[in-house]
Amino acid sequence: MQLIQVNATAVLWRNVEVIRPPQAVGNAIRLGVDHILQIRIHGRGGQGVVTAAEMLSVAAFFQGRHAQAFPSFGSERTGAPVVAFCRIDDRPIRLREPIQAPDVLIVQDAHLLQQIDVFQGLDPKGHVLINTRRSLEDLGLTEIAAQLPKGHVVTLPATEIAMKHLGRPLPNAVLLGGFAAMTGIISLAAVVHAIGEKFHGDIARRNVAAATEAHAMLADLEAAR
Amino acid sequence: MIRQIEGSLAVAEAVALCRPEVICAYPISPQTHIVEGLGAMVKGGTLTPCEFLNVESEFAAMSVAIGSSAAGARTYTATASQGLLFMVEAVYNASGLGLPIVMTLANRAIGAPINIWNDHSDSMSQRDCGWIQLFAESNQEALDLHIQAFRLAEEMSMPVMVCMDGFILTHAYEQVDMPTQAQVDAFLPPYEPRQVLDPADPVSIGAMVGPEAFMEVRYIAHAKQTMALDRIPQIAAEFAQVFGREAGGLVRGYRLEDADTAVVALGSVVGTLEEVIDARRAAGEKIGLLSIRSYRPFPLAAVRAALAGVKHFVVLEKSFSVGLGGVVALDVRKAMSGMAAVGHTVIAGLGGRPITQASLQRMLDDVMADRLQPLTFLDLNWEIVNRQLAREASMRRSGPIAENLLRDIGQKPAPEAKP
Repeated sequence: MQLIQVNATAVLWRNVEVIRPPQAVGNAIRLGVDHILQIRIHGRGGQGVVTAAEMLSVAAFFQGRHAQAFPSFGSERTGAPVVAFCRIDDRPIRLREPIQAPDVLIVQDAHLLQQIDVFQGLDPKGHVLINTRRSLEDLGLTEIAAQLPKGHVVTLPATEIAMKHLGRPLPNAVLLGGFAAMTGIISLAAVVHAIGEKFHGDIARRNVAAATEAHAMLADLEAAR
Repeated sequence: MIRQIEGSLAVAEAVALCRPEVICAYPISPQTHIVEGLGAMVKGGTLTPCEFLNVESEFAAMSVAIGSSAAGARTYTATASQGLLFMVEAVYNASGLGLPIVMTLANRAIGAPINIWNDHSDSMSQRDCGWIQLFAESNQEALDLHIQAFRLAEEMSMPVMVCMDGFILTHAYEQVDMPTQAQVDAFLPPYEPRQVLDPADPVSIGAMVGPEAFMEVRYIAHAKQTMALDRIPQIAAEFAQVFGREAGGLVRGYRLEDADTAVVALGSVVGTLEEVIDARRAAGEKIGLLSIRSYRPFPLAAVRAALAGVKHFVVLEKSFSVGLGGVVALDVRKAMSGMAAVGHTVIAGLGGRPITQASLQRMLDDVMADRLQPLTFLDLNWEIVNRQLAREASMRRSGPIAENLLRDIGQKPAPEAKP
């Protein structure tokens, strides 16, 4: 499958270096003509759901794209279900409605699968990335996975990777590393840049290490497919 | 420099580039990130000389702003919702005294029921307070309007409120082109007050005015707002020259040429509407959009000229005058008086209800089929409305409305049946 083409004039105008994904991966998503890529992130208050959407938008911007990230505007409390959104396009984004038909879902807490319908509105060819150690069978997701193209539902033990590198169960940057490998929309370098905009010093370094491990894990998986 | 940042930070940085000398702040969502950002710049020494005052309430915030502005300092504050209501007495004083304070209003609904989400009830409650009110469509425009606002406020010696949709803009990350200090300095000269409290040349500001001159003072406020109708587009044009992009002005039309139908709106919903207009244009409909960017002063002539050719116009607004209907719609209808076009009022997005393309399409289908009522509430859940009205008709002690409706939509457990 062809990789995303970045609009050369737009890139010049923004005067940023375009960093393309290092290699073509099997399930790379292509931004279609007149199609905004829409990503919805589900998690819980305190897991950095909103930060994840913001970092994703920074990573996409770093690669010369237009991006918009926004939270679901709830009065977030620690532990309560939280949703955040990110749109990526090659043109300025005017749309302000919440994302109702996502192309990609990132689920930061698999327990939400029993609590709310995270799959609501998912594109029939959409992608799903779930933070879990468990298999799709264990999660009861084989039926949903079967409705999507093969390999579009991917799991990543992001909490375990976060615990290893950060010592805290904060899976957001880890999942972005996985997202980069899984979709090819953004590169690992862009994720690293976005982490550097949000965090500094040791925390940034640890998040980069965690995201890099997640990226390698899913890139290997994609390569093996 | 083009950056991908939060709307609140973009506004904070733009305000800092305007070299404010006094910032007073009291936190209230969704405005808080703006003054937090400015506070960090003052404390970090990047915004200097500037005094950042944490005050004990919004009433104090505006009172301090009045004092510092009267003492000749360029003064900024920000608020939202109940915060604006709490400072209202001082808000009227700021305009009555002709003090060029700039305030961001991160638009948010007003309670009760308490609601932190976006609509335009707060700024509309102050449409008659004598402040200029500008509305931003995007974070770029919010940033740009603040730079224009200081220039406009100080030229006219009247306060300016820059209204930006709470959360939808304030909490959105999107790219903005942040100007340089040199650009802003070239556009915005140092503040030269028209009146100032100076011990070397004492004056009193804020005299009591009786019936013999009060009407004249009020009329002058109106005359100045009328003059601002000329200055606002001129300042926007000068801004475009210095910064190389379009922002502000009185109104902005989108695909209005040859349009039979026009939607009139203000704020960030304009972006979603543009998508809808494009889709309907592609399907062959002659439809366009008018964004009102200056709500006070209200550009009657510009609105009338922009809508001169339409047969139908729909005012889509996030505000509501209980017991009457639309707020903005009244002004648009006044602009259109004597014209043959049929007007509709659509109340939408109250308390943060998303205004979706799908809902807008359905509403416009109704316009095209001549089915749209003169006053329509977009996506109103009639089932729970009628259930509550029936409840009230059938019993005296029907209970609190908000809690009943939450129960009806399943967000609260039903009370246990009494034996």
